[in-house]
Amino acid sequence: MKARHKRFLLIGICMALLAGATALVLFAFNDNLMLFHTPSEVAAGKVPQGRAFKLGGMVLKGSFSREADGITTHFTLTDTAQNVPVLFRGALPDLFKEGKGAVAEGSLDAQGVFVATTILAKHDENYMPPPARDAIDKAHATERTLK
Amino acid sequence: MIPELGHFALILALAIALALGVLPLWGAARGDAALLGIARPAARLQFALVAGAFACLAWAFAENDFSVTYVAQHSNSHLPLIYRLTAVWGSHEGSLLLWGLMLTGWTAAVSFSRRLPEVFAARVLGVLGLVNAGFLTFLLFTSNPFIRLLPGAAEGNDLNPLLQDPGMVAHPPLLYMGYVGFSVAFAFAIAALLEGRFDAAWARQSRPWTLTAWLFLTLGITLGSGWAYYELGWGGWWFWDPVENASFIPWLLGTALIHSLAVTEKRGAFKGWTILLAIGAFSASLLGTFLVRSGVLTSVHAFAADPSRGVFILALLVAVIGSSLLLYAWRVPRLEGGGLFSDVSRETALLINNVLLAVVTATVLLGTLYPLLIDVLGTTKLSVGPPYFEVVFVPLMTPVVVVMVVAPFLRWKRHALPAIVRQLWLPFAASLVIGLAGAWGVGVFSVRGVLGLSLATWVFLASLQLLQQRLRGTPAASAVSRLADIPAAWWGMWLAHIGIGVFIVGVTFVKGLEQNADVAMKVGDSAQLAGYRFTLQGIDEISGPNYTAIQGRVQLWRGNQLVSMLTPQKRVYTANNMQMTEASIDAGLFRDVYVSLGDAPTPDAWVLRLYYKPFVRWIWAGCLLMALGGLCAALDSRYRKRNKSEAA
Repeated sequence: MKARHKRFLLIGICMALLAGATALVLFAFNDNLMLFHTPSEVAAGKVPQGRAFKLGGMVLKGSFSREADGITTHFTLTDTAQNVPVLFRGALPDLFKEGKGAVAEGSLDAQGVFVATTILAKHDENYMPPPARDAIDKAHATERTLK
Repeated sequence: MIPELGHFALILALAIALALGVLPLWGAARGDAALLGIARPAARLQFALVAGAFACLAWAFAENDFSVTYVAQHSNSHLPLIYRLTAVWGSHEGSLLLWGLMLTGWTAAVSFSRRLPEVFAARVLGVLGLVNAGFLTFLLFTSNPFIRLLPGAAEGNDLNPLLQDPGMVAHPPLLYMGYVGFSVAFAFAIAALLEGRFDAAWARQSRPWTLTAWLFLTLGITLGSGWAYYELGWGGWWFWDPVENASFIPWLLGTALIHSLAVTEKRGAFKGWTILLAIGAFSASLLGTFLVRSGVLTSVHAFAADPSRGVFILALLVAVIGSSLLLYAWRVPRLEGGGLFSDVSRETALLINNVLLAVVTATVLLGTLYPLLIDVLGTTKLSVGPPYFEVVFVPLMTPVVVVMVVAPFLRWKRHALPAIVRQLWLPFAASLVIGLAGAWGVGVFSVRGVLGLSLATWVFLASLQLLQQRLRGTPAASAVSRLADIPAAWWGMWLAHIGIGVFIVGVTFVKGLEQNADVAMKVGDSAQLAGYRFTLQGIDEISGPNYTAIQGRVQLWRGNQLVSMLTPQKRVYTANNMQMTEASIDAGLFRDVYVSLGDAPTPDAWVLRLYYKPFVRWIWAGCLLMALGGLCAALDSRYRKRNKSEAA
């Protein structure tokens, strides 16, 4: 092989590697994008069942309950317009409280219950997670336009 | 009075920085010795002033001067002194002052280097002065820590309890040392572009600075990871959180840079690429600062959202990247091609390593910035989950590790392929067998388990082989003196590469074998996990200097043997009524057992999170080995000898 051919081969191999990497990235990317949805969007049926997403909102006052095993919890996330029941098994983060904002990760089951795998922990008492804040703001905006 | 002094010192420092940024560069262009002579004293004076300002702020914290807004917001008279002092960098303004302290500190350090030619040193210091001027302007106009609160508060707001931890003492300063340290590599690159000098001496002078910055960044990231592990109470060591990525991106580019610099020094090749990487690594540090400090990300690290700050850092970022790329485009035709090399050579191996590291950087950057971009462009909000990073990272880094193992065996310029295959096939095959058997034996028999263990074994075997190759033909009696003759830089490479192997072992075992359970327990109850029995003996109420807590007493049993007593806490900090989980860990070389205390479902029961984390310490041990390797390489005596012809 001449030097020129060798160089082409080298460049060719590099390009193939890069193409492979790009394909890998796009493939993985598409699979792992997690959308945020608001309870109103869930109620309107805009969210496909079974696919994981993040649900933001406020924990409805008086909605929190716990099963006898001490680990399984039920509560409702609300954007003040619509409510979504949530089920979570595990230890809740420090700042999880009724009336405060929370973001849950998980998916909807056949009964329309959001089965959460993670409840996001945030680290400031007055902090409202932006997706939760957004969900409530959006619901308020829709309410105003309807009036 | 003291805070005003600090404020005044910062203003003076800005004036000095402007002088440093303009006069020596002008002098270098004009060949004016008097202007050149300003550079070194100005660099030192600038550092003294910023250090003075920093000391003033620290004094205000130590003395509980709540008439300073920043102190009132982030300290409290009940806070222990050590945390009052670390609270200096506990939030936005102070952490930027720390950034400035580091930047001027690095600049002053360069000013003491006598190995640099006078004109070149003046240019490097001038570029650093410009960066510092931009930075101090930002600090003074958008984030002044010395602003008074009138009337002063009687008591402070307290430091975020999350930050009241020994990790706070070391993590931010080390991380910033690394972040900001890349400014020196950047300034070297810009000065070289200005001067049109890209010889081996330039690369040799740049290497110890870059290695030092890299090793501090490695330490900073490692400490941050360890801190998150025990403080956040979730037992994770890396979350692919955008803020973590913001520190990881400069690390990846810095890693590529230290390798590319080696080629530029030894073989005169990759010059343009090295300079681009130096620009890239510092730009990534600035980007990280922007992401973390502008409030566009919401995380533990985002302190306050103030749009003007974000806009300012963004403008600084655009100015730095834009002007340096313009300069690069203008000067790049002057770069002469380096030495030729064949397709099987150390140069090729380092080239592949660099290309792959650049691709990895791009994928991490994509995953980090994409959600922000979508948020700005549209109405949808989304996030890129950690699985994306894991799926992409492992296949891309695997060839990097393979190349890393092979490269030290290859000669520069040309190496016969059959020779290298003959040399390496046996340890490779052995690693594959050991990896397969090991993975099956300990129960991580998956693609990842086998891959991880085989790769790690190969790294270790190849390192032994490299050492043996160095000693070949040496009689046993003189082996020790032969070892002492090996340059420190070689030991640095050797240790850092072994560190990668140790790291892979840790990740493979933690990912493959970790176990956890959430259980509700009453006093006297027991739970089983991974062959351990956890018995909740009791719950006590205790009080600390600025918090009250409930503390569980959990006995950890293995069979009939008491291993240790764990005391996880749930704290409530009194000043702002914030709740914090303090995990309790029984650490070991081969496994950690980790317990954290959750909420109370009924008045007499508690939720406990139990974790079993095999080999988790190896992750950080591997990173520490890498940093140690960086230290060895940076201290190589080659960099300390003053070359007469260079000095002239």
